[in-house]
Amino acid sequence: MSATALPTVPRARRVLPGFGLTLGYTLTYVSLLVLLPLATAFFKTAELGWSEFVAVIAAPRVLASLELSFGAAAIAALVNSVAGLLVAWVLARYDFPLRRVVDALVDLPFALPTAVAGIALTALYAPSGWLGRWLAPLGIQVAYTPLGIIVALIFIGLPFVVRTVQPVLEDLDAEVEQAAATLGATRLQTFLRIILPALWPALLTGFALAFARAIGEYGSVIFIAGNMPLRSEIAPLLIVTKLEQYQYAAATAIAVVMLVVSFVLLLGINALQGWSQRRLGIARTT
Amino acid sequence: MKTRRRRLPDGRTAARHAPVNSRRPSGEAPGTASGVAANGYAPREPIHYQWVFEAAAAITVGCRVISREQDSMHRAGLVGVLFALIGLAFLPVAAKAAGDRPTVTLLNVSYDPTREFYEAFNAAFAADWKRRTGETVVINQSHGGSGKQARAVIDGLDADVVTLALAYDVDALATQGKMIPADWQKRLPQNSTPYTSTIVFLVRAGNPKGIHDWSDLVRPGVGVITPNPKTSGGARWNYLAAWAYARSKPAATDASAQAFVQALFKNVPVLDSGARGSTVTFVERQVGDVLLAWENEALLAVNKLGAGKFEIVVPPQSILAEPPVSIVDKVVDRRGTRKVAEAYLAYLYTPAGQELAAKSYFRPRDATIAAKYAAQFHPVKLLTIDGDFGGWARAQARHFADGGTFDQIYGH
Amino acid sequence: MTALAHDSDGETLAAVTRRPRAARGAGRSVLIGSALVYLGLFVLLPFVVVFGEAFAKGVASYFASLADPKALAAMRLTLTVALIVVPLNLVFGVASAWAIAKYEFRGKSALVTLIDLPFAVSPVIAGLIYVLLFGARGWLGPWLREHDIPILFAVPGIVLATVFVTLPFISRELIALMQSQGRDEEETALSLGASGWQTFWRVTLPNIRWGLLYGVLLCNARAMGEFGAVSVVSGHIRGLTNTMPLHVEILYNEYNSAAAFAVASLLAVLALMTLIGRAALDARAPELRRTTLPSPNT
Repeated sequence: MSATALPTVPRARRVLPGFGLTLGYTLTYVSLLVLLPLATAFFKTAELGWSEFVAVIAAPRVLASLELSFGAAAIAALVNSVAGLLVAWVLARYDFPLRRVVDALVDLPFALPTAVAGIALTALYAPSGWLGRWLAPLGIQVAYTPLGIIVALIFIGLPFVVRTVQPVLEDLDAEVEQAAATLGATRLQTFLRIILPALWPALLTGFALAFARAIGEYGSVIFIAGNMPLRSEIAPLLIVTKLEQYQYAAATAIAVVMLVVSFVLLLGINALQGWSQRRLGIARTT
Repeated sequence: MKTRRRRLPDGRTAARHAPVNSRRPSGEAPGTASGVAANGYAPREPIHYQWVFEAAAAITVGCRVISREQDSMHRAGLVGVLFALIGLAFLPVAAKAAGDRPTVTLLNVSYDPTREFYEAFNAAFAADWKRRTGETVVINQSHGGSGKQARAVIDGLDADVVTLALAYDVDALATQGKMIPADWQKRLPQNSTPYTSTIVFLVRAGNPKGIHDWSDLVRPGVGVITPNPKTSGGARWNYLAAWAYARSKPAATDASAQAFVQALFKNVPVLDSGARGSTVTFVERQVGDVLLAWENEALLAVNKLGAGKFEIVVPPQSILAEPPVSIVDKVVDRRGTRKVAEAYLAYLYTPAGQELAAKSYFRPRDATIAAKYAAQFHPVKLLTIDGDFGGWARAQARHFADGGTFDQIYGH
Repeated sequence: MTALAHDSDGETLAAVTRRPRAARGAGRSVLIGSALVYLGLFVLLPFVVVFGEAFAKGVASYFASLADPKALAAMRLTLTVALIVVPLNLVFGVASAWAIAKYEFRGKSALVTLIDLPFAVSPVIAGLIYVLLFGARGWLGPWLREHDIPILFAVPGIVLATVFVTLPFISRELIALMQSQGRDEEETALSLGASGWQTFWRVTLPNIRWGLLYGVLLCNARAMGEFGAVSVVSGHIRGLTNTMPLHVEILYNEYNSAAAFAVASLLAVLALMTLIGRAALDARAPELRRTTLPSPNT
């Protein structure tokens, strides 16, 4: 990941050809497709002026939707951090029948189109659904409540935690654990004192990735969310709603808030991954 | 290894190496360009390239000013820029190729519960048009929440005709988009509304919660399903019908009406963005006890999904829902489809069109057809938007604009 | 920490994969069991539901809903979009990885973050920005309209939104891979007299081909399945601008949930094929896992 952290190449000698060609291509492509469109969002929001911008964002319905989006994403990412660690541990440390199949399965939420995930989860958790009909008598309603949103976000976020933690777990040296064991440490002590500290950066990165992905998620959530203002309306849906009411500036104002958060998160993730790689000493000596 | 080490210090005076190396990619450039073209989006109408080169030239000038690299280096960079631009320029060309239209096409942008109706109507009109003019017309359909659809048309969705859920959304084409004249509603008979509907209740078989009138909807424990009035036209009719009911009670005030709709929306567990979403929630996902729905949507649900599962309850009083139609002048004049678009809308008023509307459970305007299908429509006292709410502009501003009565329900 | 620092990647990996898997006993079974239950409940079950619901009305109705002309048109459009998007992002991926992995320049980390950005941006926002740019009242809209170039609510708009959403996939895959490979081999080839293009075709491309394929696989899966961004820019014209995911939504909203799940099942099969392809690539080039997985694209 973080390109800057790795001194892979000695300071530009440019013996290799194609630097100008590829960089020119890259910059143009990124500028036209990412930078320019994103800039329009900021310019559109600038039409509002500061006080109007604050008024849009501070409206109870907008605040509620942002709270829900961030809150549900955080809870889902947290659940995934624990469960993802478990799954990664099992995949990295144990051998069992069909391990490879289970390993491949972890990526399913990533490969499955979000709309498909959305209708499938709704069919599962609606009161008449496969699981919903067993949960309803217990008084647990999943679909059309914030709980449903969390379930959808757990679904889409799982691969990110597993896939960041798993390789780190595989790289951990068994000798250190064995050494700890011979020195009389219990398994729990070994886990807490030796393994967990080494895993922290990767776990945090996985959390941040799952979180970043979840706050913007749309397709899998809208089918199951219920979409009640103030209760189960996520921020991306509110953007669409504002757009449909011709409130372009208001829609982009919410979008800008989310964009800024995404950008900060990304920078954080990059920093985290640099940290993670340094800590593990995955030195790429080339 | 050694060769590389020895070369590196040499490259220090980069000018010696760089030109040699970077000239090569420039030389290879044509090969790649044709490689991209060979990907299958060959230009059919090269005219559209013009702007690409103009843009490229502009960027070239820009790059010259900015670039402090050596000359050859930045020439290679420009080739990169050019490639990127050419690659992206294939998009509109591909669109042109994909959009080749062999026949006359019309795009009808409509709201949610008209899918089945226009599917039948389009086929009938196309046959009729072919018989009258010999021309083949293909009608494309787009459906969605009414407000969203109007927004898409204003943003550039090339609708020849719009058939939306309420006049306010068509008004937006005039006020926001300046695409139709402000008096569009006077251009066709009966407020440009060839068919009408009303708002009824759809309840589960046997009506277990005993729902008969609007007052039953605010009872605790009754789950009411309605879409979001902010995005759905049907939901606005629902909302206004409920408001009108509360307002028509003796000694009612605006405050009591607001308290009534507030109590009603307390009973709403799911707020979908369109009428269809709500119907699916109620019918397929089995959430809630009563669905506030367009009459045609409710009849369709009952008839399509088996009469045993649901019942329609027609309240003693409801609202006359008028979904209007209009051509979009700006689009038909640019595309040259005005004649066929006008004929399309006129066909809605013919007995054939009216009969199809009635078959899709819309209330026809034509008296003879209405009489023929009288059995399927219960008589109900209908309030009107113009008579009881002072027209859509006022109703919208009062109830659905930001800070209106609907926002107050959820704002506090 | 020094104990953890290995110098030779390949050997370490071989050692790791061959390492006898740790601890047996009750704890092990409980952990495996709970991991499997979790995966089964949250990942496998939704996938199974798709097929269960798709065949709810029988096999005949399943195939009938797939043969529907509107469904076929949606499949054609989805394929077309993927056929345009993947090559565009492929060329971009190779070019950007070459520039970023093989050279040092100022602003590189900013560029990398910019390439990553679409990953973190909500798909709805991705659609929104193209509406702001190309909408009739947007920046370029009026000019495009004048020149009769359809972008928004037509295929190019869908392509652009999809390119945006899938932009990081191939690029990030290759950057990580090419960074780990360094540039020794290329420089050796050059010093032996190969031209730049020869070096690229004969040395670099064979080195990165599995990573490339891997990126293409992910990019394609995303491109065919994108919903949020495409839904904002599509216009929902049946048979013209409805992609498969949008068609699924429409069918779902027509009380036709069996047909919706039937079309969805095709997308689910696509996901399955992506996973199988992934697993096959893992087996062929295990080093991919190490180099690419910490990136956000997996």
